[in-house]
Amino acid sequence: MSGVTLYALTGAALVGTGFFGLIAARHLLRRVLAFNLIGSGLFVYLGAAGARGGEADPVPQALIITGIVVALSASALAVGLIVALARARGRAMLPEEDVGG
Amino acid sequence: MTALVALLALPLAGALAAVVLPHGAVRGMVPALSVAMLAATAVLVAGLSAQAPTRLKLGQWPPPVGIVLEVDGLAAALIAMTALVMTAAALAALRSEQPAAAGARAAFGFWPLMLLLWAALNAVFVSRDLFNLYVGLELLSLASVGLVAIGGKPEALAAAMRYMLFALVGSLLYLAGVVLVYAAHGTLDIGLLADRTPAKPDALALALMTAGLMAKTALFPFHVWLPPAHGSAPAPASAMLSALVPKASFVILLRLWFEAMPDRAQDGALVLLAVLGTAAVIWGSLRALLQTRLKLVVAYSTVAQIGYLFLVFPLAGGGSAEMPWSAGAWTGVLFLALAHGLAKAAMFLAVGQWMAVTGSDRLDAMRGLATAMPMTSFAFALAAVTLVGLPPSGGFTGKYLLMTSAFAAGQWMWALVLAGGGLLAAAYLYRPLAILFARADAPGPATLPTRGMQAIPLCLAGAAIALGIASETPFELLSIGRPAAAEDGS
Repeated sequence: MSGVTLYALTGAALVGTGFFGLIAARHLLRRVLAFNLIGSGLFVYLGAAGARGGEADPVPQALIITGIVVALSASALAVGLIVALARARGRAMLPEEDVGG
Repeated sequence: MTALVALLALPLAGALAAVVLPHGAVRGMVPALSVAMLAATAVLVAGLSAQAPTRLKLGQWPPPVGIVLEVDGLAAALIAMTALVMTAAALAALRSEQPAAAGARAAFGFWPLMLLLWAALNAVFVSRDLFNLYVGLELLSLASVGLVAIGGKPEALAAAMRYMLFALVGSLLYLAGVVLVYAAHGTLDIGLLADRTPAKPDALALALMTAGLMAKTALFPFHVWLPPAHGSAPAPASAMLSALVPKASFVILLRLWFEAMPDRAQDGALVLLAVLGTAAVIWGSLRALLQTRLKLVVAYSTVAQIGYLFLVFPLAGGGSAEMPWSAGAWTGVLFLALAHGLAKAAMFLAVGQWMAVTGSDRLDAMRGLATAMPMTSFAFALAAVTLVGLPPSGGFTGKYLLMTSAFAAGQWMWALVLAGGGLLAAAYLYRPLAILFARADAPGPATLPTRGMQAIPLCLAGAAIALGIASETPFELLSIGRPAAAEDGS
Protein backbone atom coordinates (compact mmCIF):
# COMPACT_ATOMS: atom_id res chain seq x y z
CA MET A 1 0.00 0.00 0.00
CA SER A 2 1.44 3.35 -0.98
CA GLY A 3 1.65 6.26 1.41
CA VAL A 4 -0.94 8.24 -0.49
CA THR A 5 -3.48 5.41 -0.29
CA LEU A 6 -2.82 5.10 3.43
CA TYR A 7 -3.51 8.82 3.86
CA ALA A 8 -6.71 8.60 1.84
CA LEU A 9 -7.94 5.59 3.84
CA THR A 10 -7.10 7.34 7.13
CA GLY A 11 -9.09 10.33 5.96
CA ALA A 12 -12.05 8.11 5.06
CA ALA A 13 -11.88 6.37 8.46
CA LEU A 14 -11.86 9.74 10.25
CA VAL A 15 -14.90 10.89 8.26
CA GLY A 16 -16.71 7.65 9.11
CA THR A 17 -15.91 7.90 12.83
CA GLY A 18 -16.97 11.51 12.92
CA PHE A 19 -20.18 10.78 11.06
CA PHE A 20 -21.07 8.13 13.62
CA GLY A 21 -20.39 10.58 16.45
CA LEU A 22 -22.48 13.29 14.83
CA ILE A 23 -25.49 10.98 14.64
CA ALA A 24 -25.07 8.98 17.85
CA ALA A 25 -23.99 11.66 20.34
CA ARG A 26 -26.55 13.89 22.02
CA HIS A 27 -24.06 15.86 24.09
CA LEU A 28 -23.37 18.97 22.04
CA LEU A 29 -19.66 19.07 22.81
CA ARG A 30 -19.27 15.53 21.45
CA ARG A 31 -21.02 16.66 18.29
CA VAL A 32 -18.63 19.55 17.83
CA LEU A 33 -15.73 17.13 18.28
CA ALA A 34 -17.32 14.81 15.71
CA PHE A 35 -17.62 17.76 13.32
CA ASN A 36 -13.91 18.42 13.75
CA LEU A 37 -13.10 14.75 13.10
CA ILE A 38 -15.01 14.82 9.81
CA GLY A 39 -13.35 18.07 8.81
CA SER A 40 -9.89 16.70 9.59
CA GLY A 41 -10.67 13.52 7.67
CA LEU A 42 -11.68 15.55 4.62
CA PHE A 43 -8.50 17.59 4.84
CA VAL A 44 -6.32 14.47 5.08
CA TYR A 45 -8.10 13.09 2.02
CA LEU A 46 -7.61 16.39 0.17
CA GLY A 47 -3.92 16.36 1.07
CA ALA A 48 -3.62 12.82 -0.26
CA ALA A 49 -5.37 13.88 -3.47
CA GLY A 50 -2.87 16.70 -3.87
CA ALA A 51 0.13 14.41 -3.36
CA ARG A 52 -0.69 12.07 -6.23
CA GLY A 53 1.69 11.93 -9.16
CA GLY A 54 4.88 12.43 -7.16
CA GLU A 55 5.18 16.20 -6.77
CA ALA A 56 3.15 18.07 -4.19
CA ASP A 57 0.34 20.31 -5.46
CA PRO A 58 0.38 23.58 -3.45
CA VAL A 59 -3.33 24.37 -3.94
CA PRO A 60 -4.68 21.69 -1.56
CA GLN A 61 -2.25 22.89 1.10
CA ALA A 62 -3.59 26.42 0.82
CA LEU A 63 -7.14 25.08 0.88
CA ILE A 64 -6.45 22.95 3.96
CA ILE A 65 -4.93 25.83 5.90
CA THR A 66 -7.91 28.03 5.03
CA GLY A 67 -10.26 25.21 5.92
CA ILE A 68 -8.62 24.72 9.31
CA VAL A 69 -9.09 28.42 10.09
CA VAL A 70 -12.75 28.18 9.08
CA ALA A 71 -13.29 25.03 11.18
CA LEU A 72 -11.58 26.68 14.14
CA SER A 73 -13.86 29.72 13.96
CA ALA A 74 -16.93 27.52 13.63
CA SER A 75 -15.84 25.36 16.58
CA ALA A 76 -15.16 28.45 18.70
CA LEU A 77 -18.62 29.84 18.03
CA ALA A 78 -20.23 26.43 18.61
CA VAL A 79 -18.45 25.94 21.94
CA GLY A 80 -19.40 29.47 22.99
CA LEU A 81 -23.02 28.70 22.19
CA ILE A 82 -22.84 25.40 24.08
CA VAL A 83 -21.50 27.17 27.17
CA ALA A 84 -24.26 29.79 26.97
CA LEU A 85 -26.90 27.11 26.43
CA ALA A 86 -25.58 24.98 29.30
CA ARG A 87 -25.66 28.03 31.60
CA ALA A 88 -29.25 28.78 30.58
CA ARG A 89 -30.58 25.23 30.69
CA GLY A 90 -28.22 23.46 33.05
CA ARG A 91 -27.35 20.81 30.44
CA ALA A 92 -25.39 20.91 27.19
CA MET A 93 -28.13 19.35 25.08
CA LEU A 94 -30.87 20.60 22.83
CA PRO A 95 -34.24 20.72 24.65
CA GLU A 96 -35.96 18.28 22.27
CA GLU A 97 -33.15 15.70 22.56
CA ASP A 98 -32.73 15.92 26.32
CA VAL A 99 -34.68 12.82 27.31
CA GLY A 100 -33.48 10.50 30.05
CA GLY A 101 -29.74 9.78 30.20
CA MET B 1 -14.23 47.05 -10.91
CA THR B 2 -13.67 49.54 -8.07
CA ALA B 3 -17.34 49.21 -7.19
CA LEU B 4 -16.98 45.44 -6.89
CA VAL B 5 -13.97 45.77 -4.59
CA ALA B 6 -15.83 48.36 -2.51
CA LEU B 7 -18.86 46.09 -2.17
CA LEU B 8 -16.67 43.39 -0.65
CA ALA B 9 -14.15 45.46 1.31
CA LEU B 10 -16.40 48.19 2.79
CA PRO B 11 -18.59 45.92 4.92
CA LEU B 12 -15.55 43.90 6.08
CA ALA B 13 -13.70 47.06 7.09
CA GLY B 14 -16.90 48.35 8.66
CA ALA B 15 -17.29 45.17 10.69
CA LEU B 16 -13.77 45.53 12.10
CA ALA B 17 -14.34 49.22 12.80
CA ALA B 18 -17.62 48.43 14.55
CA VAL B 19 -15.72 46.21 16.99
CA VAL B 20 -13.20 48.87 18.02
CA LEU B 21 -15.11 52.15 17.67
CA PRO B 22 -17.21 53.50 20.55
CA HIS B 23 -20.93 52.88 20.28
CA GLY B 24 -21.89 56.42 19.25
CA ALA B 25 -19.35 56.45 16.41
CA VAL B 26 -20.69 53.12 15.13
CA ARG B 27 -24.20 54.51 15.00
CA GLY B 28 -22.85 57.39 12.92
CA MET B 29 -20.81 55.12 10.66
CA VAL B 30 -23.58 52.68 9.72
CA PRO B 31 -25.78 55.10 7.70
CA ALA B 32 -22.72 56.51 5.91
CA LEU B 33 -21.58 52.99 5.08
CA SER B 34 -25.03 52.07 3.79
CA VAL B 35 -25.09 55.10 1.50
CA ALA B 36 -21.63 54.18 0.19
CA MET B 37 -22.78 50.61 -0.44
CA LEU B 38 -25.90 51.80 -2.28
CA ALA B 39 -23.75 54.09 -4.42
CA ALA B 40 -21.29 51.28 -5.20
CA THR B 41 -24.22 49.03 -6.11
CA ALA B 42 -25.60 51.67 -8.48
CA VAL B 43 -22.19 52.04 -10.16
CA LEU B 44 -21.86 48.26 -10.46
CA VAL B 45 -25.31 47.79 -12.01
CA ALA B 46 -24.86 50.75 -14.37
CA GLY B 47 -21.49 49.42 -15.54
CA LEU B 48 -22.80 45.95 -16.27
CA SER B 49 -23.10 44.99 -19.92
CA ALA B 50 -23.56 41.74 -21.77
CA GLN B 51 -20.48 42.35 -23.91
CA ALA B 52 -17.90 42.94 -21.18
CA PRO B 53 -18.67 41.10 -17.95
CA THR B 54 -17.22 42.62 -14.78
CA ARG B 55 -14.47 40.14 -13.91
CA LEU B 56 -11.79 40.38 -11.29
CA LYS B 57 -8.83 38.03 -10.98
CA LEU B 58 -7.68 38.38 -7.40
CA GLY B 59 -3.99 39.35 -7.32
CA GLN B 60 -3.91 38.92 -11.13
CA TRP B 61 -3.58 35.15 -10.67
CA PRO B 62 -5.42 33.26 -13.38
CA PRO B 63 -7.44 30.15 -12.42
CA PRO B 64 -6.93 27.31 -11.49
CA VAL B 65 -4.45 28.81 -8.97
CA GLY B 66 -6.21 32.15 -8.60
CA ILE B 67 -9.76 33.01 -7.66
CA VAL B 68 -12.08 34.74 -10.12
CA LEU B 69 -14.89 37.07 -9.11
CA GLU B 70 -17.47 37.78 -11.78
CA VAL B 71 -20.62 39.87 -11.76
CA ASP B 72 -23.46 38.69 -13.97
CA GLY B 73 -27.07 39.87 -13.98
CA LEU B 74 -28.02 37.39 -11.28
CA ALA B 75 -25.24 38.56 -8.96
CA ALA B 76 -25.90 42.24 -9.62
CA ALA B 77 -29.63 41.91 -8.98
CA LEU B 78 -29.07 40.07 -5.71
CA ILE B 79 -26.38 42.55 -4.62
CA ALA B 80 -28.86 45.38 -5.25
CA MET B 81 -31.63 43.61 -3.33
CA THR B 82 -29.20 42.94 -0.48
CA ALA B 83 -28.17 46.59 -0.37
CA LEU B 84 -31.82 47.70 -0.11
CA VAL B 85 -32.75 45.18 2.57
CA MET B 86 -29.58 45.77 4.61
CA THR B 87 -30.00 49.54 4.52
CA ALA B 88 -33.62 49.26 5.61
CA ALA B 89 -32.78 46.78 8.38
CA ALA B 90 -29.92 48.99 9.57
CA LEU B 91 -32.14 52.08 9.70
CA ALA B 92 -34.81 50.12 11.57
CA ALA B 93 -32.23 48.81 14.03
CA LEU B 94 -30.79 52.31 14.56
CA ARG B 95 -34.23 53.71 15.35
CA SER B 96 -35.48 50.87 17.53
CA GLU B 97 -32.33 49.92 19.38
CA GLN B 98 -32.93 49.75 23.11
CA PRO B 99 -29.60 48.81 24.69
CA ALA B 100 -31.11 48.55 28.13
CA ALA B 101 -33.72 46.04 26.99
CA ALA B 102 -31.56 43.84 24.80
CA GLY B 103 -28.40 43.97 26.91
CA ALA B 104 -25.06 45.62 26.23
CA ARG B 105 -23.73 42.59 24.39
CA ALA B 106 -26.61 42.60 21.89
CA ALA B 107 -26.05 46.27 21.11
CA PHE B 108 -22.32 45.63 20.68
CA GLY B 109 -22.61 42.49 18.61
CA PHE B 110 -25.34 43.45 16.17
CA TRP B 111 -23.39 45.82 13.94
CA PRO B 112 -20.25 43.71 13.33
CA LEU B 113 -22.40 40.64 12.65
CA MET B 114 -24.68 42.55 10.30
CA LEU B 115 -21.75 43.93 8.31
CA LEU B 116 -20.03 40.53 8.16
CA LEU B 117 -23.29 39.09 6.84
CA TRP B 118 -23.39 41.78 4.15
CA ALA B 119 -19.80 41.08 3.07
CA ALA B 120 -20.40 37.32 3.02
CA LEU B 121 -23.56 37.67 0.91
CA ASN B 122 -21.82 39.82 -1.70
CA ALA B 123 -18.83 37.46 -1.74
CA VAL B 124 -21.04 34.43 -2.38
CA PHE B 125 -22.94 36.19 -5.15
CA VAL B 126 -19.80 37.03 -7.15
CA SER B 127 -17.41 34.11 -6.41
CA ARG B 128 -16.64 31.64 -9.18
CA ASP B 129 -14.50 29.25 -7.15
CA LEU B 130 -16.07 26.40 -5.20
CA PHE B 131 -13.73 26.76 -2.22
CA ASN B 132 -14.09 30.53 -2.08
CA LEU B 133 -17.83 29.93 -2.07
CA TYR B 134 -17.32 27.56 0.87
CA VAL B 135 -15.48 30.24 2.86
CA GLY B 136 -18.16 32.81 2.01
CA LEU B 137 -20.89 30.39 3.00
CA GLU B 138 -19.21 29.68 6.33
CA LEU B 139 -18.83 33.37 7.14
CA LEU B 140 -22.49 33.77 6.25
CA SER B 141 -23.60 30.89 8.49
CA LEU B 142 -21.50 31.95 11.47
CA ALA B 143 -22.73 35.55 11.28
CA SER B 144 -26.32 34.30 10.95
CA VAL B 145 -26.03 32.00 13.97
CA GLY B 146 -24.59 34.90 15.94
CA LEU B 147 -27.53 37.13 14.98
CA VAL B 148 -30.02 34.45 16.07
CA ALA B 149 -28.32 34.01 19.46
CA ILE B 150 -27.87 37.72 20.09
CA GLY B 151 -30.98 38.10 22.24
CA GLY B 152 -29.50 35.66 24.75
CA LYS B 153 -32.80 34.09 25.82
CA PRO B 154 -32.72 30.29 26.37
CA GLU B 155 -35.03 29.59 23.41
CA ALA B 156 -32.95 31.86 21.16
CA LEU B 157 -29.79 30.02 22.22
CA ALA B 158 -31.41 26.64 21.53
CA ALA B 159 -32.62 27.87 18.12
CA ALA B 160 -29.13 29.15 17.32
CA MET B 161 -27.56 25.85 18.39
CA ARG B 162 -29.96 23.85 16.22
CA TYR B 163 -29.20 26.19 13.31
CA MET B 164 -25.47 25.74 13.98
CA LEU B 165 -25.75 21.94 13.82
CA PHE B 166 -27.62 22.05 10.50
CA ALA B 167 -25.14 24.60 9.16
CA LEU B 168 -22.15 22.49 10.26
CA VAL B 169 -23.52 19.33 8.65
CA GLY B 170 -24.35 21.34 5.54
CA SER B 171 -20.85 22.75 5.25
CA LEU B 172 -19.25 19.34 5.78
CA LEU B 173 -21.36 17.81 3.01
CA TYR B 174 -20.51 20.71 0.72
CA LEU B 175 -16.81 20.48 1.64
CA ALA B 176 -16.79 16.72 0.94
CA GLY B 177 -18.14 17.45 -2.54
CA VAL B 178 -15.51 20.14 -3.10
CA VAL B 179 -12.74 17.73 -2.06
CA LEU B 180 -14.02 15.09 -4.51
CA VAL B 181 -14.19 17.66 -7.31
CA TYR B 182 -10.63 18.79 -6.66
CA ALA B 183 -9.37 15.20 -6.46
CA ALA B 184 -10.99 14.41 -9.81
CA HIS B 185 -10.28 17.59 -11.80
CA GLY B 186 -7.55 19.57 -10.03
CA THR B 187 -9.55 22.79 -10.26
CA LEU B 188 -12.42 24.42 -8.41
CA ASP B 189 -13.03 27.26 -10.85
CA ILE B 190 -16.61 27.07 -12.14
CA GLY B 191 -15.64 28.22 -15.63
CA LEU B 192 -12.93 25.56 -15.93
CA LEU B 193 -15.21 22.89 -14.44
CA ALA B 194 -17.78 23.58 -17.15
CA ASP B 195 -15.19 22.49 -19.75
CA ARG B 196 -13.88 19.54 -17.73
CA THR B 197 -13.76 15.93 -18.91
CA PRO B 198 -16.59 14.31 -16.92
CA ALA B 199 -15.31 11.89 -14.28
CA LYS B 200 -16.99 9.19 -12.24
CA PRO B 201 -17.08 10.97 -8.84
CA ASP B 202 -18.86 14.01 -10.36
CA ALA B 203 -22.35 12.71 -9.63
CA LEU B 204 -21.47 11.89 -6.00
CA ALA B 205 -19.74 15.25 -5.55
CA LEU B 206 -22.73 17.13 -6.97
CA ALA B 207 -25.11 15.13 -4.76
CA LEU B 208 -23.06 15.85 -1.62
CA MET B 209 -22.78 19.56 -2.36
CA THR B 210 -26.48 19.76 -3.20
CA ALA B 211 -27.47 18.02 0.04
CA GLY B 212 -25.31 20.40 2.05
CA LEU B 213 -26.71 23.44 0.29
CA MET B 214 -30.27 22.16 0.75
CA ALA B 215 -29.67 22.07 4.52
CA LYS B 216 -28.38 25.65 4.38
CA THR B 217 -31.24 26.84 2.15
CA ALA B 218 -33.74 25.18 4.54
CA LEU B 219 -35.41 23.20 1.77
CA PHE B 220 -38.00 20.74 3.07
CA PRO B 221 -37.24 18.37 4.90
CA PHE B 222 -34.18 20.28 6.18
CA HIS B 223 -36.27 23.31 7.15
CA VAL B 224 -36.88 22.50 10.83
CA TRP B 225 -34.18 24.86 12.08
CA LEU B 226 -35.50 27.91 10.21
CA PRO B 227 -38.78 28.93 11.91
CA PRO B 228 -37.49 28.92 15.52
CA ALA B 229 -34.24 30.62 14.44
CA HIS B 230 -35.90 33.37 12.41
CA GLY B 231 -38.66 33.63 15.00
CA SER B 232 -36.36 34.29 17.95
CA ALA B 233 -33.89 36.73 16.38
CA PRO B 234 -34.48 40.49 16.80
CA ALA B 235 -36.77 41.80 14.03
CA PRO B 236 -34.12 43.58 11.90
CA ALA B 237 -31.96 40.44 12.11
CA SER B 238 -34.92 38.24 11.14
CA ALA B 239 -35.49 40.47 8.14
CA MET B 240 -31.93 39.91 6.92
CA LEU B 241 -31.88 36.21 7.76
CA SER B 242 -35.18 35.40 6.06
CA ALA B 243 -34.86 37.68 3.06
CA LEU B 244 -31.22 37.16 2.14
CA VAL B 245 -29.42 34.23 3.71
CA PRO B 246 -31.29 31.33 2.02
CA LYS B 247 -30.78 33.06 -1.34
CA ALA B 248 -26.99 32.76 -1.04
CA SER B 249 -26.92 28.97 -0.81
CA PHE B 250 -29.58 28.84 -3.52
CA VAL B 251 -27.33 30.87 -5.82
CA ILE B 252 -24.54 28.32 -5.29
CA LEU B 253 -27.00 25.57 -6.24
CA LEU B 254 -27.80 27.45 -9.46
CA ARG B 255 -24.09 27.88 -10.20
CA LEU B 256 -23.47 24.17 -9.67
CA TRP B 257 -26.39 22.80 -11.66
CA PHE B 258 -26.46 25.32 -14.50
CA GLU B 259 -22.86 26.50 -14.85
CA ALA B 260 -20.35 24.02 -13.40
CA MET B 261 -21.95 20.65 -14.13
CA PRO B 262 -25.02 21.06 -16.38
CA ASP B 263 -24.06 17.74 -18.02
CA ARG B 264 -24.73 15.92 -14.73
CA ALA B 265 -28.27 17.32 -14.39
CA GLN B 266 -30.24 14.09 -14.68
CA ASP B 267 -33.98 14.52 -15.12
CA GLY B 268 -34.79 12.36 -12.09
CA ALA B 269 -32.65 14.47 -9.77
CA LEU B 270 -34.11 17.71 -11.15
CA VAL B 271 -37.65 16.47 -10.60
CA LEU B 272 -36.73 15.33 -7.07
CA LEU B 273 -35.53 18.87 -6.25
CA ALA B 274 -38.80 20.32 -7.53
CA VAL B 275 -40.84 17.71 -5.63
CA LEU B 276 -39.05 18.69 -2.41
CA GLY B 277 -39.81 22.31 -3.30
CA THR B 278 -43.47 21.38 -3.74
CA ALA B 279 -43.50 19.65 -0.36
CA ALA B 280 -41.95 22.79 1.15
CA VAL B 281 -44.69 24.98 -0.37
CA ILE B 282 -47.46 22.77 1.02
CA TRP B 283 -45.92 21.99 4.41
CA GLY B 284 -44.64 25.49 5.08
CA SER B 285 -48.01 27.02 4.18
CA LEU B 286 -50.00 24.56 6.31
CA ARG B 287 -47.71 25.17 9.29
CA ALA B 288 -48.02 28.93 8.76
CA LEU B 289 -51.80 28.56 8.94
CA LEU B 290 -51.55 26.97 12.39
CA GLN B 291 -49.19 29.42 14.11
CA THR B 292 -50.40 31.73 16.86
CA ARG B 293 -47.29 33.96 16.81
CA LEU B 294 -47.05 36.36 13.87
CA LYS B 295 -43.26 35.99 13.59
CA LEU B 296 -43.65 32.25 13.14
CA VAL B 297 -46.32 32.77 10.47
CA VAL B 298 -43.86 34.92 8.56
CA ALA B 299 -41.00 32.45 9.15
CA TYR B 300 -43.00 29.42 7.94
CA SER B 301 -43.99 31.50 4.93
CA THR B 302 -40.26 31.66 4.12
CA VAL B 303 -40.12 27.85 4.17
CA ALA B 304 -42.98 27.81 1.63
CA GLN B 305 -41.54 30.56 -0.57
CA ILE B 306 -38.14 28.85 -0.73
CA GLY B 307 -39.98 25.85 -2.19
CA TYR B 308 -40.98 27.79 -5.32
CA LEU B 309 -37.34 28.51 -6.12
CA PHE B 310 -36.65 24.81 -6.67
CA LEU B 311 -39.19 24.60 -9.51
CA VAL B 312 -36.49 26.12 -11.73
CA PHE B 313 -34.55 22.86 -11.86
CA PRO B 314 -36.83 20.71 -14.08
CA LEU B 315 -38.01 23.76 -16.08
CA ALA B 316 -34.58 25.14 -16.99
CA GLY B 317 -32.14 22.25 -16.44
CA GLY B 318 -31.44 18.87 -17.94
CA GLY B 319 -33.58 18.14 -21.01
CA SER B 320 -35.25 21.56 -20.74
CA ALA B 321 -31.95 23.45 -20.93
CA GLU B 322 -31.98 23.82 -24.72
CA MET B 323 -35.71 24.49 -24.90
CA PRO B 324 -37.32 27.89 -25.50
CA TRP B 325 -39.07 27.87 -22.13
CA SER B 326 -35.91 27.60 -20.02
CA ALA B 327 -35.13 31.32 -20.15
CA GLY B 328 -38.56 32.21 -18.79
CA ALA B 329 -38.23 29.77 -15.90
CA TRP B 330 -34.76 31.08 -15.04
CA THR B 331 -35.81 34.73 -15.03
CA GLY B 332 -39.11 33.95 -13.32
CA VAL B 333 -37.51 32.19 -10.41
CA LEU B 334 -35.07 35.04 -9.90
CA PHE B 335 -37.96 37.50 -9.92
CA LEU B 336 -39.58 35.39 -7.20
CA ALA B 337 -36.35 35.37 -5.18
CA LEU B 338 -35.99 39.16 -5.42
CA ALA B 339 -39.66 39.86 -4.67
CA HIS B 340 -39.65 37.46 -1.74
CA GLY B 341 -36.53 39.07 -0.30
CA LEU B 342 -37.99 42.59 -0.40
CA ALA B 343 -41.45 41.55 0.80
CA LYS B 344 -40.22 39.27 3.58
CA ALA B 345 -37.87 41.93 4.95
CA ALA B 346 -40.78 44.41 4.93
CA MET B 347 -42.93 41.93 6.83
CA PHE B 348 -40.38 41.23 9.55
CA LEU B 349 -39.66 44.94 10.02
CA ALA B 350 -43.40 45.60 10.29
CA VAL B 351 -43.79 42.80 12.84
CA GLY B 352 -40.87 44.29 14.78
CA GLN B 353 -42.68 47.63 15.04
CA TRP B 354 -45.88 45.99 16.26
CA MET B 355 -43.91 43.98 18.80
CA ALA B 356 -42.34 47.19 20.09
CA VAL B 357 -45.85 48.59 20.65
CA THR B 358 -47.65 45.53 22.02
CA GLY B 359 -44.72 43.79 23.70
CA SER B 360 -45.39 40.44 22.04
CA ASP B 361 -45.89 38.90 18.62
CA ARG B 362 -49.01 36.91 19.49
CA LEU B 363 -51.58 37.34 16.75
CA ASP B 364 -54.40 38.27 19.14
CA ALA B 365 -52.29 41.13 20.55
CA MET B 366 -52.21 42.78 17.11
CA ARG B 367 -55.94 43.47 16.96
CA GLY B 368 -56.79 46.82 15.39
CA LEU B 369 -53.20 48.02 15.00
CA ALA B 370 -53.95 49.21 11.46
CA THR B 371 -55.75 52.26 12.85
CA ALA B 372 -52.77 53.27 14.96
CA MET B 373 -50.03 52.38 12.47
CA PRO B 374 -51.55 52.69 9.00
CA MET B 375 -48.29 52.88 7.06
CA THR B 376 -46.80 49.77 8.66
CA SER B 377 -50.01 47.85 8.13
CA PHE B 378 -50.20 48.98 4.51
CA ALA B 379 -46.61 47.77 4.07
CA PHE B 380 -47.55 44.36 5.48
CA ALA B 381 -50.56 44.18 3.14
CA LEU B 382 -48.44 45.12 0.10
CA ALA B 383 -45.86 42.50 1.05
CA ALA B 384 -48.70 39.97 1.35
CA VAL B 385 -49.84 40.89 -2.18
CA THR B 386 -46.35 40.05 -3.44
CA LEU B 387 -46.11 36.76 -1.53
CA VAL B 388 -49.53 35.64 -2.76
CA GLY B 389 -48.45 36.58 -6.28
CA LEU B 390 -51.19 39.05 -7.20
CA PRO B 391 -50.58 41.57 -10.00
CA PRO B 392 -48.88 44.00 -10.31
CA SER B 393 -46.24 42.76 -7.86
CA GLY B 394 -42.81 41.27 -8.54
CA GLY B 395 -44.14 38.01 -7.14
CA PHE B 396 -46.80 37.99 -9.86
CA THR B 397 -44.24 38.59 -12.62
CA GLY B 398 -42.13 35.71 -11.34
CA LYS B 399 -45.04 33.32 -11.04
CA TYR B 400 -46.38 34.34 -14.45
CA LEU B 401 -43.03 33.65 -16.12
CA LEU B 402 -42.69 30.32 -14.33
CA MET B 403 -46.25 29.29 -15.15
CA THR B 404 -45.89 30.17 -18.83
CA SER B 405 -42.71 28.14 -18.89
CA ALA B 406 -44.38 25.18 -17.13
CA PHE B 407 -47.24 25.10 -19.64
CA ALA B 408 -44.86 25.49 -22.60
CA ALA B 409 -42.85 22.57 -21.24
CA GLY B 410 -45.97 20.46 -20.78
CA GLN B 411 -45.06 20.15 -17.07
CA TRP B 412 -48.37 21.55 -15.86
CA MET B 413 -48.00 20.11 -12.34
CA TRP B 414 -45.51 22.84 -11.47
CA ALA B 415 -48.09 25.42 -12.55
CA LEU B 416 -50.51 23.77 -10.13
CA VAL B 417 -47.95 24.17 -7.35
CA LEU B 418 -47.63 27.87 -8.15
CA ALA B 419 -51.39 28.41 -8.18
CA GLY B 420 -52.06 26.25 -5.10
CA GLY B 421 -49.21 27.86 -3.20
CA GLY B 422 -50.68 31.28 -3.97
CA LEU B 423 -54.05 30.21 -2.56
CA LEU B 424 -52.41 28.79 0.57
CA ALA B 425 -50.41 32.02 1.02
CA ALA B 426 -53.63 34.01 0.72
CA ALA B 427 -55.12 31.79 3.43
CA TYR B 428 -52.29 32.12 5.96
CA LEU B 429 -51.82 35.85 5.33
CA TYR B 430 -55.55 36.59 5.53
CA ARG B 431 -55.60 35.83 9.26
CA PRO B 432 -53.00 38.40 10.39
CA LEU B 433 -54.44 40.99 7.99
CA ALA B 434 -57.98 40.46 9.27
CA ILE B 435 -56.78 40.85 12.87
CA LEU B 436 -54.74 43.97 12.03
CA PHE B 437 -57.61 45.69 10.28
CA ALA B 438 -60.22 44.66 12.86
CA ARG B 439 -61.99 47.38 14.84
CA ALA B 440 -60.47 47.76 18.28
CA ASP B 441 -59.18 50.36 20.71
CA ALA B 442 -55.87 51.68 19.46
CA PRO B 443 -52.97 51.99 21.92
CA GLY B 444 -52.03 55.49 23.08
CA PRO B 445 -50.08 57.66 20.65
CA ALA B 446 -47.08 57.93 22.98
CA THR B 447 -45.90 54.41 22.21
CA LEU B 448 -46.21 54.58 18.44
CA PRO B 449 -43.23 54.64 16.06
CA THR B 450 -42.71 57.78 14.01
CA ARG B 451 -43.84 58.14 10.41
CA GLY B 452 -40.23 57.92 9.23
CA MET B 453 -39.90 54.60 11.03
CA GLN B 454 -43.15 53.34 9.53
CA ALA B 455 -41.94 54.33 6.08
CA ILE B 456 -39.03 51.84 6.18
CA PRO B 457 -41.05 48.64 5.64
CA LEU B 458 -43.32 50.56 3.28
CA CYS B 459 -40.37 51.40 1.03
CA LEU B 460 -39.32 47.74 0.91
CA ALA B 461 -42.83 46.49 0.17
CA GLY B 462 -43.18 49.24 -2.42
CA ALA B 463 -39.96 48.07 -4.06
CA ALA B 464 -41.39 44.53 -4.26
CA ILE B 465 -44.44 45.93 -6.06
CA ALA B 466 -42.32 48.20 -8.28
CA LEU B 467 -40.41 45.10 -9.36
CA GLY B 468 -43.62 43.99 -11.05
CA ILE B 469 -44.72 47.37 -12.42
CA ALA B 470 -41.32 48.31 -13.87
CA SER B 471 -40.31 44.76 -14.64
CA GLU B 472 -38.46 45.55 -17.86
CA THR B 473 -35.26 46.87 -16.28
CA PRO B 474 -34.75 43.94 -13.85
CA PHE B 475 -35.76 41.56 -16.64
CA GLU B 476 -32.97 42.85 -18.87
CA LEU B 477 -30.52 42.91 -15.98
CA LEU B 478 -31.23 39.27 -15.11
CA SER B 479 -30.63 38.15 -18.68
CA ILE B 480 -27.02 39.41 -18.63
CA GLY B 481 -24.67 36.46 -18.43
CA ARG B 482 -27.48 33.94 -18.15
CA PRO B 483 -25.81 30.50 -18.18
CA ALA B 484 -25.82 28.62 -21.46
CA ALA B 485 -27.98 25.97 -19.81
CA ALA B 486 -30.79 28.50 -19.43
CA GLU B 487 -30.25 30.36 -22.69
CA ASP B 488 -33.22 31.18 -24.88
CA GLY B 489 -33.31 28.24 -27.25
CA SER B 490 -35.81 29.62 -29.75
